[in-house]
Amino acid sequence: MECLRKLPSLITGPYHLALEGVLVLCILWLFTAKKQPSKTIRLSLKEEEDLLREWEPEPLVPHPPPPDHPSLHPRTVYGKPSKYINIGTGQRLLNFATQNYLGLGEREEVVNEALSCLHRYGVGSCGPRGFYGTTEVHLQLEEKLAQFFNSEAAILYAYGFSTSASAIPAYAKNGDIIFADEMVNFSLQRGLQASRSKVIYFRHNDLGHLEELLEAQERQDAKDPKRANATRKFVVVEGIYMNTGRLCDLPGLVTLRQRYRLRLFLDEAVSFATLGSHCRGITDHFSVPMKEVDLLMGTLEGAGGCAGGFCVGTKFVVEHQRLSGLGYCFSASLPPMLAAASIKAVELLEREGPELVEALQRACTHTHTALTATLPDSVEVGGDEISPIKHLRLTRPCSDDEAEVILRQVVQQAQEEGVALTVAAYLRAQEREAPRPSIRVSVSAALSQEEIENAVGAISRAFQKVLG
Amino acid sequence: MVAHTELSAQLPHEKIVSSGKDLECRSGDSGSGVTGRQEVQDNSVQKNLTSQPNGGSASKKSYHKEEECSLFVAFFTFLSYGVLLMLGYVREFFIPVTTKEKNREGYVPLYIGFESFYTRNVYRRIQDCWNRPISSVPGAEINLLERYTPDYGWTMKLTGKILKCINAGSYNYLGFAENHGPCHDAAEVTTKEVGITTSSPRLELGTLEIHKKLEALVSEFLGVEDAITFGMGFATNVLNLPSILGPSCLVLSDEFNHASLILGLRLSGATVKVFQHNNAADLEKKLREALIHGHPRTRRPWKKAMIVVEGIYSMEGSICDLPNFIRIKKKYKTYLYVDEAHSIGALGPRGGGVVDYYGADPKDVDIHMGTFTKSFGAAGGYIAGSKDLIDHLRVNSHAQSYAASMPPPVAQQIITSMSIIMGKDGSVEGKRRINHLARNTKYFRRKVKQMGYIVFGNEDSPVVPVLLFLPATIAMFVRELTKRGVAGVGVGFPATKITGGRMRFCLSASHTKEMLDKILKEVDVVGDMCSCKYSKIPKSCKPIEW
Repeated sequence: MECLRKLPSLITGPYHLALEGVLVLCILWLFTAKKQPSKTIRLSLKEEEDLLREWEPEPLVPHPPPPDHPSLHPRTVYGKPSKYINIGTGQRLLNFATQNYLGLGEREEVVNEALSCLHRYGVGSCGPRGFYGTTEVHLQLEEKLAQFFNSEAAILYAYGFSTSASAIPAYAKNGDIIFADEMVNFSLQRGLQASRSKVIYFRHNDLGHLEELLEAQERQDAKDPKRANATRKFVVVEGIYMNTGRLCDLPGLVTLRQRYRLRLFLDEAVSFATLGSHCRGITDHFSVPMKEVDLLMGTLEGAGGCAGGFCVGTKFVVEHQRLSGLGYCFSASLPPMLAAASIKAVELLEREGPELVEALQRACTHTHTALTATLPDSVEVGGDEISPIKHLRLTRPCSDDEAEVILRQVVQQAQEEGVALTVAAYLRAQEREAPRPSIRVSVSAALSQEEIENAVGAISRAFQKVLG
Repeated sequence: MVAHTELSAQLPHEKIVSSGKDLECRSGDSGSGVTGRQEVQDNSVQKNLTSQPNGGSASKKSYHKEEECSLFVAFFTFLSYGVLLMLGYVREFFIPVTTKEKNREGYVPLYIGFESFYTRNVYRRIQDCWNRPISSVPGAEINLLERYTPDYGWTMKLTGKILKCINAGSYNYLGFAENHGPCHDAAEVTTKEVGITTSSPRLELGTLEIHKKLEALVSEFLGVEDAITFGMGFATNVLNLPSILGPSCLVLSDEFNHASLILGLRLSGATVKVFQHNNAADLEKKLREALIHGHPRTRRPWKKAMIVVEGIYSMEGSICDLPNFIRIKKKYKTYLYVDEAHSIGALGPRGGGVVDYYGADPKDVDIHMGTFTKSFGAAGGYIAGSKDLIDHLRVNSHAQSYAASMPPPVAQQIITSMSIIMGKDGSVEGKRRINHLARNTKYFRRKVKQMGYIVFGNEDSPVVPVLLFLPATIAMFVRELTKRGVAGVGVGFPATKITGGRMRFCLSASHTKEMLDKILKEVDVVGDMCSCKYSKIPKSCKPIEW
């Protein structure tokens, strides 16, 4: 009670006034105190103008390629590329260079289907999928692909390169971890870069190494379980590696995926429709059920014989790309006539798939045996027997540039013998680990045993002539 | 922080071509009879419109401040998004996310975060407005396949009915999306003779005669030394910007640039600074500051600097302020990259895009980029410029080494349509289409503005965004217009900012005056239903002629 009575006097008393006086002095000091001189330098207008005038940017293209650079003079193809190809040398050459493994793009039914779609829809779709660029044909193709793979859903892209480059960043974000094979192709590398995730590469096709890396990651996760529970882990591989021609060990990968709880992204650019008793690719070849693979990416530009790319998987996974796949949302859709041609191609695969794959694999095995038997020791044949692409590399040590020059001479020589080959095109400076220069041989199902033997003989003679 | 002296006071006084700061309101001209007062509000210089529609460079107005919505409308927009999100939170609290993954128990969830929440709770409710399937050529009229949803937007099913609508949504500016006529016939012949695919990248065995012919034609059309083409427009930016720019380069990028440009710039590793949309003064200020500073970490001078802009911005409908950008680029020794995805073919007296529209010298733009999807009815993209640049891209572009080349029928469609536009087929069809599009644009834009809508963008741009702001209004507008036989496109967050919900009309040379009148009539009716004519600028009531 005494304190309460004293309270009013305390409020107006001398202590209160003193406190207020101190506060006022503080405020006055704040306003009048000299500011710290700014540490940054203030340039005068003349100095700025001088800096701007002195700055000399380099030319837009600092080192333009020399006029005789081989990439400035690629060979021109005349007429329709098919089993035979005409590059203006006067004779038609046996085509071992373009990736039409099954020749579906030349089949009459496929071309007729494309034409009838042209009569209905014209050429372009004039819009992205979200804005009236979705035609019935696109929906049918997606359904057909999903059915073909016994999957729930499929999504279609307008360009094969953009498929993997857009699909990976849609799921893997900053903070996630991706385990990728060191020889993944360029479009996967761009997808990995665009995802901003941490990428850990394992030795090519070496599941032992992958397991070591996964174990190491597990040990690290045990130290920080909270963070580990928010980090997604992916593993990215190809069915058949474009850069080496080897098959991946899918059953082994599935076991690892189950044990370490990873998400498996499989790129079937080469293996789509070239493996498997039902023509479905590497999952068919190893009889792995589709539910073991989270996302399957493929292109229709190889064995599919048309254009574009696709992703296949469960609805839960695939539908996400309809809003997050950059190459899907912000790009015009695939021209309807090419989508219609793909529908027909997939129908043909369903009908004739087993025979086509058998013919292709016979041709591949035969090519492989012939190449290993006939070629000189200075050339090694890379790639598995049943892979439709094989790489011919020089065994002797030499620089990449020298090897490339030699291989181009071999290609030139082979042309004169009636075989069209190509040096595999790489951007050495931009690849993570550029593969050694090679001639990429693409086998087609339409080749007969005799043709293969003659061609391999011609290639061997070409090598011997150039290498001496 | 370097203190900058007042730029506008001290810079030598140059003739700034139609800057936003010089307000001059000339009286309205005789041709249109509309809105002298409207032009005052827009701070724009009235263009002389009596002569050819796209003529006259000096008086073109590119940068102006768009009309803003009232605070009342902005409040309700935020409120509607807020209500939707609250409902979403409540719903997911009581009924957790049911679309669980199968066969992946114990895995880290694949989708974490706001993006999927927004998709489930806001986008899903109105998703019938997008991804609409069609079953006809995307020309002036379109057959929409009607869909319904049995479960509030989680899945969509076809009813089997077909709705015939006027197409104001497809990018068909010159009307080349046709299934008959010279383009179609040429594409048919090419398909039969050359096939539908090349199955090989350009540097291997994917270069056909038709590609060389196409590139020669494109460089002639644009008036440059050389050009290179690619099979996909999106990929053109993403795969080539990394070859042109590198980590010690400076890029000044417009704030509304397309996703492909943003991704390409990110992959190139260059340092990107964003300037206000189409604002040359802001660009100059930021460019100057960045050039003087040097690289923020190493403090070294930049290797080179580039300004990246688009010709027509597809969401804003604005045309880039090219004369000012060229002036700035010359002054500061930077390079200029113009992405003419929408403007090529659609602007300019000869259809040459934004460079033709302003009558600028093609050599002043260092890198011309564009796509063939919109005005040529095909697919793919191109980059054009000096021979050195194109040679560099031929050797170093990602697409040349790794991506299959453009399919032959698509290349043929571009060749035929471009020849028509250039008049090489001997007819005046190209000129007719260009003029028809220009007249359609002028007529439609003025009429829509006269109705009282807030319309963004430049007078000559065939992309007409009509602002609606609220998400529910976007959905209602799209649905009601479809019921009345007009197919348009609605765009909302996150493609635009939160208060930027809009309806976007893309005009075409294949739209007749009757079709435009029908669209305008329905837009008027539906606008009254939604009460979304928000413009406060007083309008004249004089009739507008086509």
